[in-house]
Amino acid sequence: MLEIKNLHARIAEDETEILRGIDLTINAGEVHAIMGPNGSGKSTLSYILAGKDDYEVTEGEILFNGENLLEMEPDERAAAGLFLAFQYPIEIPGVATMEFLKTAMNAQRKARGEDTLSIPDFMKRVKEAAGHLNVSMDMLKRPLNVGFSGGEKKRAEILQMSLLEPKLCVLDETDSGLDIDALKIVSEGVNKLRGPDRAMVVITHYQRLLDHIVPDVVHVLSKGRIVKTGDKDLALELEKNGYADYIDTAA
Amino acid sequence: MNASAPIKHTQAESDLLERFDRAKDGLAGSVAVKALRDAALGQIRDRGLPHRRVEEYKYSDLRAYMKSAAPLAGAADEAEATSLIETQDGFGDIDRYRIVVANGSFLAGLSDVEALASEGVTLTSVAEALAGETGTQLVASPKSGLTDGVVALNTAFLQGGVVITVKSGVEVSKPVELVQVATAKGAQAVRNRVELGEGAKLRLLETFAGDTGEGELNTVFDYDIADKAALAATRLIVGKTDAAQLFTTIATLGAEAELKSLGFIAGPQFTRNQQFINFTGENSEAKIYGVTMAGGKSLADQTLIVDHVVPNCNSREFFKTVLDGEAKGVYQGRINVAQHAQKTDGEMMTQALLLSEDAEMANKPELEIFADDVLCAHGATSGQIDEDLLFYLRARGIPEDEAKTLLVLAFLSEAIEEYGEDDVTEGLEARVRDWLADH
Repeated sequence: MLEIKNLHARIAEDETEILRGIDLTINAGEVHAIMGPNGSGKSTLSYILAGKDDYEVTEGEILFNGENLLEMEPDERAAAGLFLAFQYPIEIPGVATMEFLKTAMNAQRKARGEDTLSIPDFMKRVKEAAGHLNVSMDMLKRPLNVGFSGGEKKRAEILQMSLLEPKLCVLDETDSGLDIDALKIVSEGVNKLRGPDRAMVVITHYQRLLDHIVPDVVHVLSKGRIVKTGDKDLALELEKNGYADYIDTAA
Repeated sequence: MNASAPIKHTQAESDLLERFDRAKDGLAGSVAVKALRDAALGQIRDRGLPHRRVEEYKYSDLRAYMKSAAPLAGAADEAEATSLIETQDGFGDIDRYRIVVANGSFLAGLSDVEALASEGVTLTSVAEALAGETGTQLVASPKSGLTDGVVALNTAFLQGGVVITVKSGVEVSKPVELVQVATAKGAQAVRNRVELGEGAKLRLLETFAGDTGEGELNTVFDYDIADKAALAATRLIVGKTDAAQLFTTIATLGAEAELKSLGFIAGPQFTRNQQFINFTGENSEAKIYGVTMAGGKSLADQTLIVDHVVPNCNSREFFKTVLDGEAKGVYQGRINVAQHAQKTDGEMMTQALLLSEDAEMANKPELEIFADDVLCAHGATSGQIDEDLLFYLRARGIPEDEAKTLLVLAFLSEAIEEYGEDDVTEGLEARVRDWLADH
């Protein structure tokens, strides 16, 4: 589903190199965790996948279901089935959450040549997904993420993910700012979306999230490169020993 | 000032003097009213049209903008007026009463005179009133704004308009639309007076239909709001026209009175919407909102002076501007608090969103406070669309243009929603979308 080949990237503004040759292949049905210390390039990788233009790819390519992802606009990537759950979901004053959900769902459907949703169909989907994630109707009426707590913002991200039914979910530190109960709700929401046709990239600092969302593959990212790949036990090992070994390896 | 030095008239000013000579015998009014017209024209003759060296017009140089002055529009064609109103309806499906002022004159035949009368609202033609004993009052009674150049221009050429009088205690059941129409090209000078008796309540919708060609549209609204009365006025200044759109509000509030207004500008090449708000009784409140969209090389100016001359009154001013192309936006807002106007609460905010590199916003909030126990605040911001917001929306599959529309609408809706006249919200937001689709 996703093939990243020798990806090099830098910050567009000051040309600081962040990614220094990433190779990563993710197949449908797999959940990959990417772990690594601060500044290793985890969030940069997620933003590059989503198409944020603060970063410049200097070498390499990314194929998403065979298509050149880097040539697609952010909204085209989303319509093609890529979803980034943001580490810091942005507050958008004046845009009601419900209105936003409808606009996003219909924009993607339109881009794929599908019919727009009828209001009752849309409401039914939202109510069902919101119920699972403990998102209240009151939250849905409020402007998107405005005044939401950290947990509410993350739940709203997973709600969007559920409704948009992406093929590839990229979760950027979805566990940050969550207490144990919220972590559970969010993880359950994510697990519900696991399936043979869908892949996930879970970016995190901590092993904790991976107790709830159990990965098939774990990668360690350090200084812009994947320095180690293993199974879920690698995460446990990291939790015990820290990143020191890998930082040294990369240096 | 230096009134003795004769100025060199522009083409438009020469046209105006000539227009006056030709029109003055036909213009309505008693001898006393004619004297007021002469004096007003004298002001134009001596000082010219308002220009950038007049502080209040520093950013909106009407003198430079008006290249010529077209003659006044002649009598209106009622059938044409009816068809224009139907095809250019400004407010969609809202159930309302309608009052028509066409080519500068009140048209009783097209207005809901009887239905309004049954609710306690009487309509009087300004042109007729000018000829009577109250004519001078009509022109000269507002306490402020009279020395303003645009108001002087209005007084000199005043054709007519309507006086809407709402009886004490009457709460008019439906909004009243006052639609000004141009069935023929030509300038219009209109004055409308809204008199609310004690405890009366009125929701007013102010619109325009038709085309004045190159003739300026100059309308003065005089709101006289008695004690405990409440007026909500929504003003639409829309349409693609090169004719200068000059709107003035002069509002006088009694005690425990409320004024709420929204000035909505989208489209014209040159717009000045100026408001003079006077508190004359205690415990009153004015909430003044502005929503402005300007593109191309147009200019849109929202100017406001709020005079707190008595204690215990609140005012809230909230203005939003979106600019594209090489457009220029102007916000000038001044809150004056007199020495004895203690416990005044004034809060003024102006925010601009610039969609292009070449757009320009002049924000000038001013507070002039002589009392020592007041709460007054002002703020001004101007900026571009937040790239992070835009990216977030696009990352959810919303194409760039649609995402921008959503963000601009959200930005402007803050003012529309705080204004809170729910039945006009949808129509106004549709107009925002239309404007955005064009830019």
